[in-house]
Amino acid sequence: MRWGIESLSWLPVPPTDFPAQCVALKENPRDIGPPVRALACCALSDSQLARLAKVIAAARDRNPAGIEGLRPFTLGLLSNSMSSLLVPALVATGARYGFDLRVVEGAFDQVMQEALDPASRIKAVRPDAVLLALDYNGVPGLMDDLTADGEKAVESALDYVATLLGRMRQAMDATMVVQTVPVPPEPLFGNLDFRLEGTRWHRAVEFNAGLAQRILADGDILLDVAALAATVGLERWFDPVQRVLAKLPFHQAFVPLYADWCVRLLAASTGQTRKCLALDLDNTLWGGEIGEDGLEGIVLGQGSPEGEAFLAVQSMALTLRERGILLAVCSKNDDARAREPFRRHPDMLLREEHISVFQANWSDKATNLESIARTLGMGLDALVFLDDSPAERHLVRLALPQVWVPELPDDPSRYPQALLASGCFESVAFTADDRARADRYGANARRGALAQECRDLENYLRSLEMTAVLGPFDRVGSARVFQLIGRTNQFNLTTRRYTQAEVESMTTDPTLFTLQVRLRDRFGDNGMISVVICGIDGDIWTIDTWLMSCRVINRRVEEAVLDEMVAGAKARGARALVGHYIPSGRNELVAGHYEAMGFSAGGKDGETEVWTLDLDGYSSRLPPITVVRCDEAPAA
Amino acid sequence: MNSDEILARITPYMRETFENDVLEVRADMTAEDIEGWDSLSHIRLIVALEREFGIRFTAAEVSGLANVGDLIACISRKLSG
Repeated sequence: MRWGIESLSWLPVPPTDFPAQCVALKENPRDIGPPVRALACCALSDSQLARLAKVIAAARDRNPAGIEGLRPFTLGLLSNSMSSLLVPALVATGARYGFDLRVVEGAFDQVMQEALDPASRIKAVRPDAVLLALDYNGVPGLMDDLTADGEKAVESALDYVATLLGRMRQAMDATMVVQTVPVPPEPLFGNLDFRLEGTRWHRAVEFNAGLAQRILADGDILLDVAALAATVGLERWFDPVQRVLAKLPFHQAFVPLYADWCVRLLAASTGQTRKCLALDLDNTLWGGEIGEDGLEGIVLGQGSPEGEAFLAVQSMALTLRERGILLAVCSKNDDARAREPFRRHPDMLLREEHISVFQANWSDKATNLESIARTLGMGLDALVFLDDSPAERHLVRLALPQVWVPELPDDPSRYPQALLASGCFESVAFTADDRARADRYGANARRGALAQECRDLENYLRSLEMTAVLGPFDRVGSARVFQLIGRTNQFNLTTRRYTQAEVESMTTDPTLFTLQVRLRDRFGDNGMISVVICGIDGDIWTIDTWLMSCRVINRRVEEAVLDEMVAGAKARGARALVGHYIPSGRNELVAGHYEAMGFSAGGKDGETEVWTLDLDGYSSRLPPITVVRCDEAPAA
Repeated sequence: MNSDEILARITPYMRETFENDVLEVRADMTAEDIEGWDSLSHIRLIVALEREFGIRFTAAEVSGLANVGDLIACISRKLSG
């Protein structure tokens, strides 16, 4: 689906078996809090929200005490238009934010009566909050173009709201939520409307400003529906057909978005606020991979559209820091190399002093996020994690559902909008404490201690549904093989570079065993990611080149590759594989590779370490990867 | 697109809207025949179909549909129009 605020694209798409999961939850209502919340955290349509709301209602019928794992919250809803379609959406969206949300509607279009009646439905349930959902038809005098005198009309509209609020505050101890009012794009004069007192447009602007500045008391909160409508466009927000058909206050397609804006605000008002933005580095803060492309090779800065897009991401992060959101780095990289752009790249806006915790290493990101939270003394539910890789986002969500991990559009130019529209940093106040927080937390780019126990990667890797396609070098692949040989630095045992002509001649060389490896997973095709060149010399095979793209590190692809090498060598009667590790200054990552793969140390030849694997004793570690061979004979 | 094809495309939305995953939709069905088809779920269905087909219904069309066959005919007219 196309990226869009309307469809809440920062949330993951719902599982394909969403209906079946709803049925199962309805029938087996034990411990439904966490699974209901997990479903609610997907980008659900209004029908799907309604369905999930029924699951929640059924669970509540069985156990009126509440739903385990969700926090009870009662919301009174006072509206002058048809609000029944909003209710199920609010209930299901409540679960997204950890609420067992009960919504009690006032009588249809009886706003003032509800406020005045001491025995009203809403007052009777003693709600935690009351949402005063008035649209432009619900505020007297707002829509009468040019009648009476304009200023008075706005004043009396504001008085009306003040009276409503005053009556309700007397009767209950609830947080008052008041909406700003968008007006339909139906100008009277045109551009003049904004200047001319007494037009609807002018009145609405004055009314909204008056609400914010004069009517709301401390503790009341403002739901800025005018901004929401402007965000998606007034033309689309208002639907005259649905208004005449069913008195809907705005187009039904925006109900999921409206509900999310509303409940995120309730969540913020009850103290649920996120305090730290953890950032991936490669292809999130700059284009390319620092480990492979080096300081000169990464894309960042003015002069290229992509470079400017990444600048905008950094600029957003700095702005968030100024409002009290701490920044952290969480990246699979070599620590020293990852810090280099922060120290030396002239276009970097982010510097080390802006980063409160700097976690660049080869552990999985969930483990690193845990140590970031621990180092900052925060819960995981205070973290937001920005990462361009769908696979990493999936892993973190799976391992740490408390961390907010927004889905991102393909184009980094849209990252800031995606993150900010998601509302992950929604807040109802901005305090002096917020202003000072970033500096107080110190700015020495500390590194947190890694958690002792690593996450259970096995489940994650299985969930990736990886397929490796392996085969010998061929003409079609040789350009990419050449490119990988030329630019892979980190996972590269010998760092031998070959020309394209040399690579092409290898496709037909009978003294060589070669492998090119492609990897697909549920998120798509990673393309060619690994290359092996093995010299055949009697029954001893020597691994001349073994390299892999860092994008697929920690996925056990190298185990599948070794299986294939061993199978090939055995089939041709070999007894042993010999591997070399030549330190290059950039391949510390694989210093322990051969040992980890079960090779025995065979001494040193100068800088070169020699490792040997006896094929008789070899057994596969059965990595969770489906292997497909493409064994076509190399093109002659 | 012929009527059968439209029927096949609206069926998943009717199943989702009326929360009946095994609903077999026929052209002669009315709101009476389908549990949960009330004025509010009708709006939900219409909105979902407008998005699916990239069309817009008029107020008169939405309120004047007598059965599923009318709905299909209306969509068909808009798609060819």
